[in-house]
Amino acid sequence: MTGTGRCFHCDEAIAGRVAFAAEVTGTVHAVCCLGCKAAAELISDAGLADFYRFRTAAAPRPKEAAADIWATYDRTEVCEPLLGTEGLLAVVNLLIEDTRCSACSWLISERLRRLPGVSQASMNPATGRAQVAFDRSRVGLGAVLRAIAALGYRPHVLGAADTLAITTRERRVALKRLVVAGFGMMQVMMIAVGLYIGASQGMDPTIREYLRITCLIVTGPVLVYAGRPFFAGALASWRSRQLGMDVPVVIGLSLAFIASSWNTLLHRGEVYFDSVTMFIFLLLLGRYVEMSARHRAGSTADALLRLVPATALRIRDGVRERVPVIALMAGDRIIVPVGECFPADGRVTSGSTDVDESLLTGESLPIPKAPGSLTVAGSLNTGAPVEIALSAVGQSTVLAGIVRLLERAQSERPRIARLADRAASGFVACVLLGALLVALLWLWVDPSRAFEATLSVLVVTCPCALSLATPTVVTAATAALARQGLLVTRADALEALARADHVVFDKTGTLTLGQPQIEKAVPYVGTVDEALNIGRALEQGSEHPLALAFAGFTTATATAVAVHPGAGVEGIIGTERLRIGHTSFVEAIAGPRPKDLPTASIDLGGEHGWRATFQIGDSLRPEAARVVRQLEALGLTPHIASGDHPLAVTTVAARLGIKDWHARLTPSAKLALLQRLIVRGHQVLVVGDGINDAPILGAAAVSVALGSGSALAQSSADLIALRGELATLPLAIATARRASRVIRQNLIWASAYNLIALPIAALGWVPPWLAAVGMSTSSLLVVLNALRLTRREPSSAPTPALPVACPA
Amino acid sequence: MTIIFLLIPLGLVLVGAALWAFFWAVGDGQFDDLESPGWSVVADDTPALETPIDGEQTG
Repeated sequence: MTGTGRCFHCDEAIAGRVAFAAEVTGTVHAVCCLGCKAAAELISDAGLADFYRFRTAAAPRPKEAAADIWATYDRTEVCEPLLGTEGLLAVVNLLIEDTRCSACSWLISERLRRLPGVSQASMNPATGRAQVAFDRSRVGLGAVLRAIAALGYRPHVLGAADTLAITTRERRVALKRLVVAGFGMMQVMMIAVGLYIGASQGMDPTIREYLRITCLIVTGPVLVYAGRPFFAGALASWRSRQLGMDVPVVIGLSLAFIASSWNTLLHRGEVYFDSVTMFIFLLLLGRYVEMSARHRAGSTADALLRLVPATALRIRDGVRERVPVIALMAGDRIIVPVGECFPADGRVTSGSTDVDESLLTGESLPIPKAPGSLTVAGSLNTGAPVEIALSAVGQSTVLAGIVRLLERAQSERPRIARLADRAASGFVACVLLGALLVALLWLWVDPSRAFEATLSVLVVTCPCALSLATPTVVTAATAALARQGLLVTRADALEALARADHVVFDKTGTLTLGQPQIEKAVPYVGTVDEALNIGRALEQGSEHPLALAFAGFTTATATAVAVHPGAGVEGIIGTERLRIGHTSFVEAIAGPRPKDLPTASIDLGGEHGWRATFQIGDSLRPEAARVVRQLEALGLTPHIASGDHPLAVTTVAARLGIKDWHARLTPSAKLALLQRLIVRGHQVLVVGDGINDAPILGAAAVSVALGSGSALAQSSADLIALRGELATLPLAIATARRASRVIRQNLIWASAYNLIALPIAALGWVPPWLAAVGMSTSSLLVVLNALRLTRREPSSAPTPALPVACPA
Repeated sequence: MTIIFLLIPLGLVLVGAALWAFFWAVGDGQFDDLESPGWSVVADDTPALETPIDGEQTG
């Protein structure tokens, strides 16, 4: 099995020949690294090789962990607050990163079930959540996490009180309501057809009354059970003295139902049970779709948990001990090992290292830290172990501040929603006043016809079509976007997306891939391949983020590898001692840097002289240039707001042709930039992926997070690009614009219908049954118009598949 | 047409039964995850390695 050229486990390219061989169910497969070999053999030995048959995406590449960080989870004081109990078993909720398809979740739950002591393990591939129940006397939490990590996935403990339980309950109840309304609607519609035919062809009064009473019996429970959210919403808006959209819904439903029941019991007039049930079902359907989208977005707390570790290594009186992060206090001294996140803000007291702050600042390269430097919670220690004295813990850290910014930005949003509500309540108030006026006038003119005329007015103006106009379009557009890989998490996002005229991009991870890559390798002696070969061999043992650029197959083996924090890596290949890293570090053994070698980020040299230099950079997403041009064609002005180096930002801006760029921005500076644009009256679309983008994602008129980004950014975004591609963006805007056009058509149609029908009904010329038919027809038209959105319209949307000539 | 006096209540009883079954299924968690259970059908219950057939081992 050598000919494939790709790793059997992680599908990474293996150049040339087999690096490692893994035996899976008796067959030898080529794998790219020791981690993949271990994972593949582990899976095979556990009898889970079926994973390779059923998976639809490659498995994550396991990291050879430097230290066992899971052992601390076995300690009682650490795991106690994280575990729930179910009878005699301990239950824990996990969020597992890097799962890529259903086979991954199958693999994880099967592996866990085979751990002695684990009695139940289930994982939902859609949410990435897993729930494990285990016997604490037989297996520890650490062992559970270790088993998942050994497969190459990254587990995060969510704790016992998980939001999952709340969302599950919410979804279950909503599903029940929806189905009750649906079943009820079918029954009532069926009987209503009989009643309509009976009305035109004549029907035995006994049967007619019987059918009506049946409708009443079915509609009653549907209204009470399935319609409860509307009543609750109306009650809430009544309490806050605001006429929300639930109020007309409830008034329409109640009046139609009461009038129908009244008429049924008195054996006269018209009944509108079919309208009542249909109305409830359609509204619930829209809300259900909206809710599912919202649930998928995940929650802020989960994301924070990913950043801050659960334990820290504290030094007190010269003794090192693992303590839960909650027990840390300002002034404590802790040691942060390589590969761990800083649990709190502090100042380095001894040791020097490189720190990856990309999630917090957007800076794509690691930042060197020496004694005295400030470190912030949530950043990743990538160089060497350091000792820090804590200055701020818990809620007073910079990270917590960012989260508060985010929360404030989110709480500022609903103003727009309130505005819409006020407009709606104005309409509702008008309808109610109008109905009252009609009732009074008719009581004065002809009391016998007052009830029927008032009812007609209320039914005709029942905001059915008006209130359906927007939700149905939103639902249809949401479904259309989901097919394109874009998840809408807020209903008002579409409207804002359609109006957006400025787009602000984050750089790292949004316009670029967010991973260091070798852009250029210049050999001083030998060939590019030789230089890369040596570089990869040396960097294999390094946890440094730049070492990622050197990931890949190598034929050389480095021995006596030593990582020098903040400088580089040293190792022996063959007989020569070689160094890779900073210029001064390499110069120490290779002599002065040759003048004719271009300056670059990483140098390589050995005892026998200089070897090569590598330019490391964060390369642009392949589709970025095309997307920026398409957005400009749609009339949007692009901006870049980045926390990165001005140098890195200008390069990207120049290559994409973006004139307005801002570098070295802190999260609050980004927010200020955004607010300047908003003050000028612009509708701003923000595209980002990092934690540092979260506040501006929340504050923007509309925001898109790339699915590959951090969960915190995603949770505050209005739309999530599931495939982590920018290419869907122009499509989304085109769809949103079509959607807002349809909404406008629907609103115009519904208001026109209401305006024409209202006076006629007020004059008493429309019998209630005709009013009901008119209302149903207008609603139907609105729904059908909305459904047009789910049809593909290749002509009106700028499809990226079009062969547009564009330079790479 | 008197048959509808029997048929409609019968239909309602059936609807009630269907709803009861649906409520039970929702409460049982059958609608929480609509993707992964599909895979459990194609996956083997017992690992292949634990049931070797003597003398007939294939490579």
